[in-house]
Amino acid sequence: MAFTHEKIETSNTLLIVFTLLAVIWGGLVEIVPLFFQKSTTTPVNELVKPYDALRLAGRDIYIREGCYNCHSQMIRPFRAETERYGHYSVAGEFVYDHPFQWGSKRTGPDLARVGGRYSDQWHRIHLLNPRDVVPESNMPAYYWLDRPLKDPHISAKMAALRKVGVPYTDQEIAEAPKALEGKTELDALIAYLQGLGLALKQAR
Amino acid sequence: MDFKNTSDFVSSFWSLYVIVIVAVSVIGCAVFLWFQGTAKFKPGEVTGHVWDETLEEYNNPLPNWWRWMFYLTVGFAIVYLMLYPGLGNLAGSFGWTMRGQYEQEMKKAEETYGPKFNQFLKQDIMTVAANQEAKEMGARLFQTYCAQCHGGDAGGAPGFPNLKDKDWLWGGTPEKIVETITNGRMGIMTPKGTKPDMDAEQVKDVVHYVRSLSGLTHDSARAQRGAELYPQACAACHGPDAKGNPAAGYPNLTDKVWLHGSSEAKQIEIVTKGMQNQMPAFGEFLGPAKVHLLAAYVWGLGGGEKPEPAPVAAPAEAEKPAEEAKQ
Repeated sequence: MAFTHEKIETSNTLLIVFTLLAVIWGGLVEIVPLFFQKSTTTPVNELVKPYDALRLAGRDIYIREGCYNCHSQMIRPFRAETERYGHYSVAGEFVYDHPFQWGSKRTGPDLARVGGRYSDQWHRIHLLNPRDVVPESNMPAYYWLDRPLKDPHISAKMAALRKVGVPYTDQEIAEAPKALEGKTELDALIAYLQGLGLALKQAR
Repeated sequence: MDFKNTSDFVSSFWSLYVIVIVAVSVIGCAVFLWFQGTAKFKPGEVTGHVWDETLEEYNNPLPNWWRWMFYLTVGFAIVYLMLYPGLGNLAGSFGWTMRGQYEQEMKKAEETYGPKFNQFLKQDIMTVAANQEAKEMGARLFQTYCAQCHGGDAGGAPGFPNLKDKDWLWGGTPEKIVETITNGRMGIMTPKGTKPDMDAEQVKDVVHYVRSLSGLTHDSARAQRGAELYPQACAACHGPDAKGNPAAGYPNLTDKVWLHGSSEAKQIEIVTKGMQNQMPAFGEFLGPAKVHLLAAYVWGLGGGEKPEPAPVAAPAEAEKPAEEAKQ
């Protein structure tokens, strides 16, 4: 009997091997080479820095609250986007992002370059109740964020990130819990937001 | 490093790797299609698969028009990969890049809208403010860049100034508005002003004094005590007459405008903890042409002040009227 599909369908091993091959085939050419490109693996300039402890904690709150469900962090190279948000995003800005927060849905505006766009005070008011500054906004109020920040695993998180290539020093990791002392979740989230996209702020 | 170069593999191996996989895929699809086309089918032949004891499947070939559509996709892939980038580092004969397309779009926009922006940029802000088209352009820019803080109607919000009234923290002349938008502003009040040893009662006294200046409800005994504290605690910034100082963004305490709210509790909180309020800089992001249009729009909202005439100008700003005379 020739090599027919019956042979594949009745052999677990063959089925697994061929299924795997079918699934990874596109990825072999679309994903794997990205790990071997300078533009995707090295920071775009010296302004791209690893998140410090407070911003990292803020980033975790961003993820916890599901901000990515409504906000992307990816400015596409279209004039309509760069006029509103600033320079389009490039891969070298995200080398310390594990995982990326690019998102795929914009119910709210893109946040890739929100850093420095508003004052800390604006973020404070806006996160607790967006309607206080933008009456037309349909963003939910995150009124519970003004509470003490508790992140007992911050050092462990930074150590883990170091394993995947974020160059934290031992000192930074050791001092991380101290950097969070007396801060609120709101402080951390605002610190994170205010640092977004500064690397290419000037370039147009 | 050039972040715009996106096919910058660490070694030429990866370019070859991509080319080989893509070529194998395209050729593989073509061979598979051809192989399918060579099979001989007899009418009524079944595949041998049986479901539910009796349900069988005819072994019919794919209709030719359908099969040829698959061949067409193979042909499309080959043509596409010759014209556009896709095979490793090969650029494709069109030389198309995402960045190139973007730059072309921007260039076209500059050709279309640039002259209009430049025309207004050359005009005096007050002239631009009177132009209906500039007003509409300014309004659209305002909705995009400013409305988030100052409100869609420019009426402001607690902590974010109303731009329609005649009260200006940093001055309402065209030059001052341009300066504010370009460089941003940072207003700072230190806790308990310049008298950090005030206790809670004294803070309350001074708040009541300021409330009396603004015609708000107050306790006159407290206000009287506060009046004695005011020169030491507040006058350095807000002035002995409490009329503020727009050169440094210190608000007038005698008018009815209370940016952060006029409640006693809020005022006590501000005096006790101080205040820091910032407007971010937009000069680099927007560029001079948009800043000019926005300044004209804001100036024309109703509160714009005329540039100070030369003789009555404060001595410190003596160089300014000379500039304005040229316009």
